[in-house]
Amino acid sequence: MVVAMHMSDGLVNIPTALAFAVVAVIGLGFAVTRARRDLDDRTAPMAGLVTAFVFAVQMINFPILPGASGHLLGGALVAILVGPWVGSLCITIVLVVQALLFADGGLTALGTNITNMALVGVFTGYAVAVAMRGLARRSRGGLLATAFVAAFVNTVVASLAFVVEYALGGSGGAALGTVFALMVGLHALIGLGEGLITAATVGAVASVRPDLVHLLRPTRAALDSRDPS
Amino acid sequence: MSNAGTDSSTVTRFYVGFLLVTLIIAGGLSYFASSSPDGLDTVTLHGCQVVEVETGEQLNGSCIAQNTGDHIVAGSPLADYSIGGAEGTTGVAGVAGVVVTVLVAGGLFWLLRRRGSRN
Repeated sequence: MVVAMHMSDGLVNIPTALAFAVVAVIGLGFAVTRARRDLDDRTAPMAGLVTAFVFAVQMINFPILPGASGHLLGGALVAILVGPWVGSLCITIVLVVQALLFADGGLTALGTNITNMALVGVFTGYAVAVAMRGLARRSRGGLLATAFVAAFVNTVVASLAFVVEYALGGSGGAALGTVFALMVGLHALIGLGEGLITAATVGAVASVRPDLVHLLRPTRAALDSRDPS
Repeated sequence: MSNAGTDSSTVTRFYVGFLLVTLIIAGGLSYFASSSPDGLDTVTLHGCQVVEVETGEQLNGSCIAQNTGDHIVAGSPLADYSIGGAEGTTGVAGVAGVVVTVLVAGGLFWLLRRRGSRN
């Protein structure tokens, strides 16, 4: 049974929580203005469904070690399917619903949770996916490999964002070196699960509706270089 | 691109299938989720032993999680992914979460979308 999976109130001090709330608000402000470009009559319902899908899959904690589990963060998944701007809003909505209705993730911790998963996680996953886009377009195997690697990296880097917050204003209880080693070690294992889930999901969508996979859409450069006939 | 992108009946069928898969995950698969602490909780509980006491759980030792208290909305009817804390209601809470999420997110993205971009 799932009980809690995001940062609670009190893990970092109030100034740190506030600072990252400001980071989150600024990031989301950009996201809202840029997301419009990627939303139309066809992609807006897709983005709503992807958001609900992330909520559902985050409930499925999978075992990684005896006594420890992991769950999807979803950064690379949303970035590949709906783009990074819309994707960061998807993850934010999931986090807000979880914090307000399911008592999962603290209210003062929303800024840190949004920063880690909706901004750092999504844009890290997107950067990796874009770097591998040529491979992703070449074959189905390439697309699956891209999704897996992007998801693995997004999980580990998002966990590092927590380590940074703990270093800046952690409320204590464990040494920073221990927190760093445990966070990265555990999230490398979780990243394998995140990679598998992301590859399976992106692969499934691409096999029936490749036009709904944001990463596979023609880029402006590709459109410009296309023969105008 | 193929003409599939303009075929509204197949895209609607895809949306319905996607929503059904999502509901099955939240409503059914969620019963099989691991109850062990996740990566972050494993780190914040490192150094502590969780001991069951009359008032709930107590953390013995020294760990980051000792800095946290009850969640502000711990009294929410959906708190801890259950209906009023009842055993065996994880799936029901999950379905409720999916419905709320798809309405909030779908509504927001529908309002934000570029109009008349279809043709």
